[in-house]
Amino acid sequence: MSTENIPVLETRGITKRFPGVVANEDVNLTLHKGEILALLGENGAGKSTLMNIIYGLYQPTEGEILVNGTPVQMNNPSDAIALGIGMVHQHFQLVPVMTVAENIMLGSESVKNGLLDTRAVAARISELSQRYNLDIDPYAIIEDLPVGARQRVEIVKTLYRNADILILDEPTAVLTPQEIEGLFEVMTLLKNQGKSIIFITHKLKEVLQVADRITVLRQGKTVGEADPETATQNSLAALMVGREVILTVEKKPANPQGVVLAVEDLAARNDLGDPALRGVSFDVRAGEIVGVAGVQGNGQTELVEVVTGLRHADAGEVHINGQRMTNATPRAITQAAASCHVPEDRHAYGMVSPYPVAENLVLNTYNLVPYSHGINVDTRAIRSHATELVKQYDVRTPSIDTPGGSLSGGNQQKMVVAREFSRDLNLLIAAQPTRGIDVGSIEFIHNQIVAKRDNGVAVLLISSELDEIMALSDRIAVMYKGEIIGIVPRAEATREGLGLLMAGVKDERVPV
Amino acid sequence: MRPNNFWKTSSLISLILAGVLVVMALLVNMTPLGNSMWLRVFFGISALNFTLRASIPLILGALSGILCERSGIINIGIEGMMLAGAFGGFVAKVATNGWPLTASLIFSVLIALAIGGLMGLLHATLSIRFRMDQIISGTVIIILATGFTAYLFDRNAVAEGKFNALPIPGLAQIPVIGPVFFDNPPITYLTLLLVVIIHVALFHTRWGLRTRAVGEHPRAADTVGINVNRYRYVNTTMGGMLAGLAGAFLVLEAVGQFQEGMTAGRGFISLAAMIFGNWNPFGALGASLLFGYTQALQNELLLAGFTDIPRQFVSMLPYVVTIIAVSGFVGRVRPPAAEGKVYETEGSSE
Repeated sequence: MSTENIPVLETRGITKRFPGVVANEDVNLTLHKGEILALLGENGAGKSTLMNIIYGLYQPTEGEILVNGTPVQMNNPSDAIALGIGMVHQHFQLVPVMTVAENIMLGSESVKNGLLDTRAVAARISELSQRYNLDIDPYAIIEDLPVGARQRVEIVKTLYRNADILILDEPTAVLTPQEIEGLFEVMTLLKNQGKSIIFITHKLKEVLQVADRITVLRQGKTVGEADPETATQNSLAALMVGREVILTVEKKPANPQGVVLAVEDLAARNDLGDPALRGVSFDVRAGEIVGVAGVQGNGQTELVEVVTGLRHADAGEVHINGQRMTNATPRAITQAAASCHVPEDRHAYGMVSPYPVAENLVLNTYNLVPYSHGINVDTRAIRSHATELVKQYDVRTPSIDTPGGSLSGGNQQKMVVAREFSRDLNLLIAAQPTRGIDVGSIEFIHNQIVAKRDNGVAVLLISSELDEIMALSDRIAVMYKGEIIGIVPRAEATREGLGLLMAGVKDERVPV
Repeated sequence: MRPNNFWKTSSLISLILAGVLVVMALLVNMTPLGNSMWLRVFFGISALNFTLRASIPLILGALSGILCERSGIINIGIEGMMLAGAFGGFVAKVATNGWPLTASLIFSVLIALAIGGLMGLLHATLSIRFRMDQIISGTVIIILATGFTAYLFDRNAVAEGKFNALPIPGLAQIPVIGPVFFDNPPITYLTLLLVVIIHVALFHTRWGLRTRAVGEHPRAADTVGINVNRYRYVNTTMGGMLAGLAGAFLVLEAVGQFQEGMTAGRGFISLAAMIFGNWNPFGALGASLLFGYTQALQNELLLAGFTDIPRQFVSMLPYVVTIIAVSGFVGRVRPPAAEGKVYETEGSSE
């Protein structure tokens, strides 16, 4: 049949300009029935803008969109929904206090005698959830559900509206590895039942695993297509970033000197008051990177918080440069001990989103000369400092007066790194330094961390990505249930061995 | 405590309160218990009647707040909207003194609704179109209403007649319950009906679902094609109309005349009732009845010549109870998540 060849969705020459920025330029995309098209690109490459155009949230400045071969005009999401387009947003669009059924029917309610027909909606949800193996309870309250389940609710929300084209915007960013596997199964099931999926991501491994076809976007333009059968992570990364990217980190052998950070028998509780650290001891020497691996929630967050002065230690000692810093204030630790902290949640602890980039860049030093004299803040010094750092750390921002929160994720993180790294340091504490950011920025930050080590800084690296730990660390400590279950030199560490430790299986040969 | 559980306990409290009041009233008025002066002061029919009368403007004010805030617009201007509605109703009544009484009263209520609605629309326009801080905008509404009504009020104008009680045949003959619930003027019946209507509308209709979504997570509503700001305009205008109706009640049903500043803080107490009732119509009803009862008690104690405590302290009762109730519960209730925040659509940067 001839209709088989008509793409279910096609964009022709889509251009979107915002004041001062071209977000998309001449983007051409085709999606066929029953396929998973991966849209790959760095943060800020214009993936989300493109999807918002396809979903009717933005109108393109130029170009046209064809659905089943017919040009369409979409002025708002309702138009897109009517055309069978559904979107699972990166930040879930669910009302936390409402039930699953209420969220799903919102905007497309079924009404009987003027009242909501929740029972009919729930029946339809159960049917869909069974058919696509999604396992959701229509009467559960959203805020009680884990992230993976909320995402399934979002998927059902699109299916409930009879979507044939599903846009999944960075769906794996918030999921655990097991949940990601589950999502891929659902995606394959949907595909086999004739749905077409656009899968947006910047994770190369996932693309190769699940996509039928790959389109790469760079700086707002489509720069190439790739076939997952023949593409490699390296070739995709090169397309994405526009140059060869070295996915492995090049580094010289470490040359560890004296102990900078010494932690002894540290104990602390988490926010719920339950023990989170149970006698943690280790040390970090100048000129080495100690990586802390472990499944999230085994005390890593609390460890960083105690060491940086953000959490009270119940017992044990923290020494930095031989000075006792147990339960000292964060300022004493950052300034007296010349340590810096790249926090795991940059929005909550790393930056003040509405502040301009320039002010974000002096959050740790604003009270010191040359930025402050007595009660006066020297705006000129702050601005010239910012101009320099933005250049040095390649923070892509329209200007240093742009609010930090409006930069892309990778550039926000570079901004935080620039601020924390730009002082003379003895100790660097980096918690999840590359979470949620793109390949190009990851490479950059990794190189910066290694450069610090080579300059004789002691580095404590916490990451839930085992790849990152393996790539950077000189010694690897594994945390399990609030204890360091083993410390292994990098040369002796294997993925399998670390995996066992992370699961709590202790190897007798490993010295603790 | 989860909000849902709380909502259950808060309505349980109001139910128990109402139950105790009715049972005690039945006992006091039908058994020799009525010989005790104290019990008559606390549970006499006149105390209950007064409770209901004092509660009506609070219930309407709280419902007004619920409509606005459930859609995400904070409305602290209820006091002003009420006063404006009362004044509008009064002017309309004076102007139509020559008409048949019922027609004149109904016309005046409609004018009060219209004036209240306009005040609501003004509040919505200031907060949505002009992105004014909603607390400031609400304050503007209050100052505007207080100033204009005082300036325009003609002390020689007299409104002739007000709504009379319409006993419901049969039901009004039930002892105690009859005279308290089924022998009231029309706005009182309408208000009690509105509690049920708004509850059903909020939780069981398309409009209600969308209103709540807009107040909790406007972006989620926007992405499924709901016009967030239209819902906010409509709801805030309707909220203004309910506040206007409360004003109409004061002028056309309770007092019969307009007085400067006659709302006397009722708009603020109804805000407290809305919070105490956790933004639910029945919760607001229970809270309003509680506050109304303290006013009735104040009244009955003074009437009964209770002088052991200086009367000023007795007069403080309703306000003290309001403060205690709100300060004790305010940390445990959960306002709509997006209230007070301007919603900007994704495309608005164009």
